[in-house]
Amino acid sequence: MLKVTDLVVSYGGIEALKGISFDVEQGQIVTLIGANGAGKSTTLRTISGLVRPKAGRIYFEGRDITDLNTQKIVETGIAMVPEGRRVFVNLTVLENLRIGAYLRKDKAVIEEDINYVYELFPRLKERSWQLAGTLSGGEQQMLAVGRAVMTRPKLIMMDEPSLGLAPLVVKDIFKIIETLKSTGMTVLLIEQNANAALHACDYAYVMETGRITTSGTGEELLASEAIQEAYLGKSSKK
Amino acid sequence: MWDTIFPYLLSGISVGGQYALIAIGYTMVYGILRLINFAHGDVFMVSAIIMVYIMASGLPMWICIPLVLLITVAIGFLIERAAYKPLRSAPRMSVMISAIGVSYTLQNLVLYITGGLNKQYPTIPWISDTMQIGAAKTKIVTVVTPFLVILLVVALVLLINRTKIGMAMRAVSKDFETSQLMGIKINNVISATFIIGSFLAGVGSILFFTNYPTVIQTSGAMPGLKAFVAAVFGGIGSIPGAVIGAFIIGIMENIIKGLDVILFKLGVIQAPLGLATFSDAFTFALLIVILVVKPSGLFGEKVTDKV
Repeated sequence: MLKVTDLVVSYGGIEALKGISFDVEQGQIVTLIGANGAGKSTTLRTISGLVRPKAGRIYFEGRDITDLNTQKIVETGIAMVPEGRRVFVNLTVLENLRIGAYLRKDKAVIEEDINYVYELFPRLKERSWQLAGTLSGGEQQMLAVGRAVMTRPKLIMMDEPSLGLAPLVVKDIFKIIETLKSTGMTVLLIEQNANAALHACDYAYVMETGRITTSGTGEELLASEAIQEAYLGKSSKK
Repeated sequence: MWDTIFPYLLSGISVGGQYALIAIGYTMVYGILRLINFAHGDVFMVSAIIMVYIMASGLPMWICIPLVLLITVAIGFLIERAAYKPLRSAPRMSVMISAIGVSYTLQNLVLYITGGLNKQYPTIPWISDTMQIGAAKTKIVTVVTPFLVILLVVALVLLINRTKIGMAMRAVSKDFETSQLMGIKINNVISATFIIGSFLAGVGSILFFTNYPTVIQTSGAMPGLKAFVAAVFGGIGSIPGAVIGAFIIGIMENIIKGLDVILFKLGVIQAPLGLATFSDAFTFALLIVILVVKPSGLFGEKVTDKV
């Protein structure tokens, strides 16, 4: 569904991505794990067109989207839940959802989708008229996911959705990711919480300083000694 | 006592309303681009110059006024596209210097066209007529201005809070990047902001110059500066703040202008002190006091700079 080939990105001479290639299969949860500064966020930002690559191509459903602007990329069906949630704090919860549907013209279906998001996150419905800035971190994360769902994406990319959230809330977020998958959405997930991400994903890529070093199914990587040492901590062994 | 103060109060409210229409342009552009658009006062002046020339062409009034507003809006739009858009990712200081450049370009262009002569502003029918209100004799424009301003501000607030483009404006003013991720074309939203700001400055220009009968290339500087002060005073970025700030500044300024007469009639002073000379200095003294007491202005948001 999404195919990235030999992607190189540099910020002022420093290469953040040194030629990475990976695939995301339709209907799967795929995760990129790795330490801070490995280039995970840069990868997502490049796919959504916020950062321009120096070399390499990005294909979505067979179409080359490398040179499209962000708005066109959103139109093709790629949504992003940005790092740090980035909800519009000066807009109400409902407006945040409506702005997710900014490009859509199907008014009736938009209303249905708002109700769908409210079913996924009943907390948001209760707070519909509150300013998003007054929500807790977990609620803001739900809103950021709901807002992305409102774009009717085929692929939803999430940048560290569990960052700074209480363990119970993190559990909820991962449940939601599973739910999204069950509705046919494809998910590309970035996580520092490698343990949770590897348990949730169908396939995983491990990134180190701008390169993909290992890949495999979640179970394979969970079983690998090297991965356990580097990302899960030895103590997490049974 | 009331009869003495009333005429000054009346013209203060009127001038305040005219400042308000300019101040909204400053505050909206700041809200979205974090840019002090120094050229805004000159757009206000250019709008008056265009009115002078278009009226001289002999076109009927009902064509002239919309045409002048349309051209003013086009100028505002083009300024943004030509001088600010290419600098979108440049440091803020560069954009500000570009704005100063635009300001002088407009002034020099007008100087070139008019030869630096004061141009008689045309008489707009009805609003230029005089009327008696209480003890004051004044032009109808003085009375019409505050109502027109309130009408336009209500329309603007509805636009911002109730429409899709308004929602996009609020979103873009908070977060460019995430707005893009929603599919919002930020350049269109920014253009819309400049179009609204220039339109209101155009309306303000008609009202203002009906009271101050001549226009010259520097005519935009003082009203522009006062409106900017009003926007800062009200809390830059806040539309209600800019409007209230503008009314306060307009009223204060005119009361100061009349202070000699008022004090004299009250018997406080025996001879005029020439206080009117200080009316401009007073505006800025007020700004300094406000900024010391409340740095974010009357309605300003707490400073949370984007990280």
